[in-house]
Amino acid sequence: MAGTQENSASYIEEREGDRLLLRFEGAWTTYGLALADKALRALRLESVREAALDVSGVSQIDTTGAWLIVRTRMALEAAGASVTLSGSTPARDAVFAKVRHEPAPPEAERGNLLTAQVERLGAGTLSALGDARDLLGFLGHTVIVFARVAAQPGRLRVTATIYHMQKSGFDALPIVGLISFLIGVVMAYQGADQLRRFGAEIFTVNLVGIAVLRELGILLTSIIVAGRSGSAFTAQIGTMKVNEEVDALRTIGLDPMEVLVLPRILALVLVLPLLTFYADIMGLLGGAMMAALALDISVVQFVERLREAITPTTFWVGMVKAPVFAFIIAMVGCFEGLQVTSSAESVGMRTTRSVVEAIFLVIVLDALFSIFFSYVGI
Amino acid sequence: MAEKQPAMQQAPENVIEVRGLRTQFGSQVVHQDLDFSVRRGEVMGLVGGSGTGKSVLLRSIIGLIRPAAGEVRIFDRSVTRASGAELREIQRRTGVLFQDGALFSSLSVAQNIEVPLKQHTRLSAALRREIAAVKITLSGLQADAANKLPAQLSGGMRKRAGLARALALDPDILFLDEPTAGLDPIGAARFDELIADLQRALGLTVVMVTHDLDSLHAICDRVSVLIDKRVTVGTIEELMRQPASWIQEYFNGPRGRSAAGARDLRETAGKRRDAGDTRLEES
Repeated sequence: MAGTQENSASYIEEREGDRLLLRFEGAWTTYGLALADKALRALRLESVREAALDVSGVSQIDTTGAWLIVRTRMALEAAGASVTLSGSTPARDAVFAKVRHEPAPPEAERGNLLTAQVERLGAGTLSALGDARDLLGFLGHTVIVFARVAAQPGRLRVTATIYHMQKSGFDALPIVGLISFLIGVVMAYQGADQLRRFGAEIFTVNLVGIAVLRELGILLTSIIVAGRSGSAFTAQIGTMKVNEEVDALRTIGLDPMEVLVLPRILALVLVLPLLTFYADIMGLLGGAMMAALALDISVVQFVERLREAITPTTFWVGMVKAPVFAFIIAMVGCFEGLQVTSSAESVGMRTTRSVVEAIFLVIVLDALFSIFFSYVGI
Repeated sequence: MAEKQPAMQQAPENVIEVRGLRTQFGSQVVHQDLDFSVRRGEVMGLVGGSGTGKSVLLRSIIGLIRPAAGEVRIFDRSVTRASGAELREIQRRTGVLFQDGALFSSLSVAQNIEVPLKQHTRLSAALRREIAAVKITLSGLQADAANKLPAQLSGGMRKRAGLARALALDPDILFLDEPTAGLDPIGAARFDELIADLQRALGLTVVMVTHDLDSLHAICDRVSVLIDKRVTVGTIEELMRQPASWIQEYFNGPRGRSAAGARDLRETAGKRRDAGDTRLEES
């Protein structure tokens, strides 16, 4: 039935002075109306005083077909003609009666392109500033909750904390290890390539050691963890928010900050330094392997050279950043999770934002750390 | 189609035929040797206790779940063995209203209604927009709902918008999954009226999964009860004579009786209203 008679809706137009007769024929159903729609829109309405619409030749009709006929009728009436409809059945009359509609209000005006862009920029700036303020407020709230739990350690959720330590820390070992190892390999290879020109291949060890320990180990680990765990925090808390679980916690008298946020932040602050240490080792291993394979620097030589090149300070400069970055990543993840509104769409949006914001903040902080360290002369 | 063809009105023809259906998830069998059929132009209610597989049956019929055995036929065409093109043909003649409307959350209500129109027809954008407005009015929404996003609508409005989308292609068969669940009694009664009204005017065949006894009494011609992995069919009066204990408890329990009473009251109130008394009182 529907669809098998494509384009079979048609009508015959007869004019006699100011009288118009439209005879509708065929199947007036959704699938075959494209042509009839175009033709009816182009119908000349001016100078019509009287119009007769005959639907007795219509074999099938659905609401879309009926709408076209009703629309034509309304257009004729608006042009000042008196219209009669004939050949209908009671069942069809019921359909005709159903398809009237109030015109939908037009979508909001766009305005011109320039003002629209300026408006977008302004709205974006305001919302970014608002977010920054809310995030600062959340930081304060988090610190207060930390202080409260520190005063009453019994309120700490140990099981949840350990669970998140496993999820964010232990389960991240393979990916963090692999990426750090490969970066160590790449650093050693590229460094050796350049330094060979000066006959200074041996300084590859200095390059790998300092770069991995000071910057790359911590930065890569933070970025992976932001993508892995920060996003997971947002999605978990956000889904609970959509499900009204967060509200349920509140009504039972549990503070979501204590139950959901604190264990996650604490877990990440505890495991990120460990992960960073592991990433440092894997990065150095990658460098050592590449040095042995491509540069004929044996592992023993590599270790001796490394001992001359780096000091414990080099290691601690990288390490001291870990808890700070962990705090930022976990806090942003939880904050964005709690910002989720009731729709599933906002979970996805907030998750993306949480990752982007966390990585952005981590890199900004890393730059600040660099400035600070060079200022104090480390 | 919006109206029944005269030739088809004579014998009640089955538009949906389910034969020997078996559905299972892992080792858990939900339906076994299930037979089920729906006649053209009727409103079929589908009831059963929680976990008896009402929604699963609905999903099997519309082809979202592949049955382990048996066959589902719609318009005498097999859904289980349909090719892609045949399945699309069936899909454009059926409309589905999911439990919470299942509106695409990134699109406005009007855009939601236009999705099936864009997919299945070659109508102009202007006509699509008009059709969306017609369906919005048809499903009892205010015209200004057109530009709203699903998140800005109440539960009842989301269901109406979902119904408008299900009706976008003027389907012959309308599947409703718990259409009145989560609505207040007044909203639920209005929604029932809306469905009955549309069903009459557009000649729809309706299959509705429901828990709502009032809906069953108000608009269903026949009711199918899922018990022991199979279906028992009949009008409510016929079912009340069935000995199965679940059916007895369902229709003759306190809620069943009060729903039946409400229907009787509504009928007398309707007669009174016809006689000039305009106040319709719910018990």
